[in-house]
Amino acid sequence: MKIIVTIKQVPEANKVAVNPETGTLIREGVESILNPFCEYALDMAVKLKIQNPDLNVEIIVISMGPPQAKYALIRCLELGADKAYLLSDRAFSGSDVWATALTLKEGILKKIGNFDLILAGKQAIDGDTAQVPAELAENLGIPHIYYGFDIKIDKKKINVKKETEKGYKVIEVRLPALVTISKGPSTIRRLPSMKDMIEARKKPLEIINAKSLNMDENKIGLNGSFTQVVKIFSPPTKKAGEIIDGNDSINAAEKLFMFLKEKLIV
Amino acid sequence: MLDNCTLCGSCINVCRYNALSIERAMIPLEDLKKFEGIIIWGELENKSGQLQFKKVVYELLGKALELNKELNEQISVAVLGPPGISALIDELFYYGTDIVYLCEHELLEDFSNDGYTTVFTSLIIDKKPSIVLYGATIKGRELAPRIAARLNLGLTADCTGLSINKQKQLVQTRPAFGGNIMASILSPYTRPQMATVRPNTFSKVKSKQSKKGIIEKISVKLEKQSIRTKIIEEISSKTESINIEDADILISVGRGIGSKENIKLVHELAQELKGTVSSSRALVELGWTKHPIQVGQSGKTISPKLYIALGISGAIQHLVGMQTSDIIIAINSDPEAPIFKVADFGIIGDLFEIIPQFLKLCRKNKESSL
Repeated sequence: MKIIVTIKQVPEANKVAVNPETGTLIREGVESILNPFCEYALDMAVKLKIQNPDLNVEIIVISMGPPQAKYALIRCLELGADKAYLLSDRAFSGSDVWATALTLKEGILKKIGNFDLILAGKQAIDGDTAQVPAELAENLGIPHIYYGFDIKIDKKKINVKKETEKGYKVIEVRLPALVTISKGPSTIRRLPSMKDMIEARKKPLEIINAKSLNMDENKIGLNGSFTQVVKIFSPPTKKAGEIIDGNDSINAAEKLFMFLKEKLIV
Repeated sequence: MLDNCTLCGSCINVCRYNALSIERAMIPLEDLKKFEGIIIWGELENKSGQLQFKKVVYELLGKALELNKELNEQISVAVLGPPGISALIDELFYYGTDIVYLCEHELLEDFSNDGYTTVFTSLIIDKKPSIVLYGATIKGRELAPRIAARLNLGLTADCTGLSINKQKQLVQTRPAFGGNIMASILSPYTRPQMATVRPNTFSKVKSKQSKKGIIEKISVKLEKQSIRTKIIEEISSKTESINIEDADILISVGRGIGSKENIKLVHELAQELKGTVSSSRALVELGWTKHPIQVGQSGKTISPKLYIALGISGAIQHLVGMQTSDIIIAINSDPEAPIFKVADFGIIGDLFEIIPQFLKLCRKNKESSL
């Protein structure tokens, strides 16, 4: 059984800022990490592999990103993936949801071929869009289920526990299918050992450029994107609030009461 | 047979051999102007056994009315659901809806990506709107990209701002990088322009005194086989009736509460202020509270009128989920807690001393006003 996990490398979200003069992102000194929700998806794949030894599960991770995204993939290999592909080319840069989903589709079909299950993180912590997986599923002609937190494989079908606004649903779907993962398996994750790290270096990691995917250059990167970012800016800063010392609890409670009274809440 | 084809794409779903495909040509730029009107997805929810529209539908209508000052086109709502939902739609007309496209079918009783995508796609192909808006709800975030991919459309997710520019294009503004930056985005080449919009961002506006509007019944063609997912069971947690996304006042509790028993105090405060209790991730992980009431990146994004954070330090993952609240109050014993940076009013102190004092004041106030 082939399980594909789609991966994104993201900057640590809370460290990104806008240069107020140029209006561009300041990325210098911002560390990149494997998107935590992608890590959950990988954990889920590893769990399925351990739970289903008879299925001969192979875990393949794939990402589209700059050359340094390879480190996120190496991390995945350390954490239990068997094989990694990085779709990396200047021509891919500037891709929006549509162009990203299309490029991933081509990468999957041309490099991996048949597969049984695709797992993705529920969203990336930089963009927070959660839109690429559904578009990828549509492009591949397979069904998708969002916000899964547990999966059971039953031959050619899976049962997915999916978070809902009220609790959860169990949904059955025939494979191949795509599931996004909102929470990792409840087992505590281990840090990769030295042995895992050495093993990871021996696992295949292939870097693929636009040419080898044979894609129409009008369909990739900025050219292939239907949306255009016309402006980025810092959110309006909130004026600092009133912070008081609460050592005198009666006084603090009174001030809180007055504040809420002013706002017509009490 | 082909005469009946609406190019909805559902046949592609059914075929297991990838034998079918639809080539969708790009729209020539001069034809973009032929697309007109705003369609809003009228997402339904089941609230204690009763179907009703989600609050975000009215918020989208409020925004559509504003956008329409520049466009002067038609505002319509697409309502997809089981037969018998027509009684619900009158309310929509008070909030600015010109036309309701009513799509009823047994197979639309439960939401499914496949079923809803097929029906909504056909409607878009038929009506050619210039803008389609969805709530960035759990379902909206699944449905919109599926439709965008099927129709080759640009899509901007999770918008917090929408406006119309001089070229009559939809300017879609959304936060990125955990809310640290904002980006304004256009879809210059594709129509309709599609966006999902974060709930609790816009306000609902009652615009008409009478219910006057057109209901257009859409004939829905949907086969059972084109829905590839099957709901096996549905489990509601005990806290199901509480939807923190809809609450105007949230009293949120974090690790500083110390023990599960102490949460009682927070409920007391919530009762006094007629608010709803929510929680940080830490307490959900400790098993003291349940996930449906979790605020933050891995929980819910909320934007109430008042948010009171008790014993919550305010990690970035928490802040991104609540920082758009109108008024934020924080009580925390740690003066360095990041929550104070977003608070309108903060008390550095012991919540176990301050809250009981505050409750006393509220009760005294009530007595004196009687």
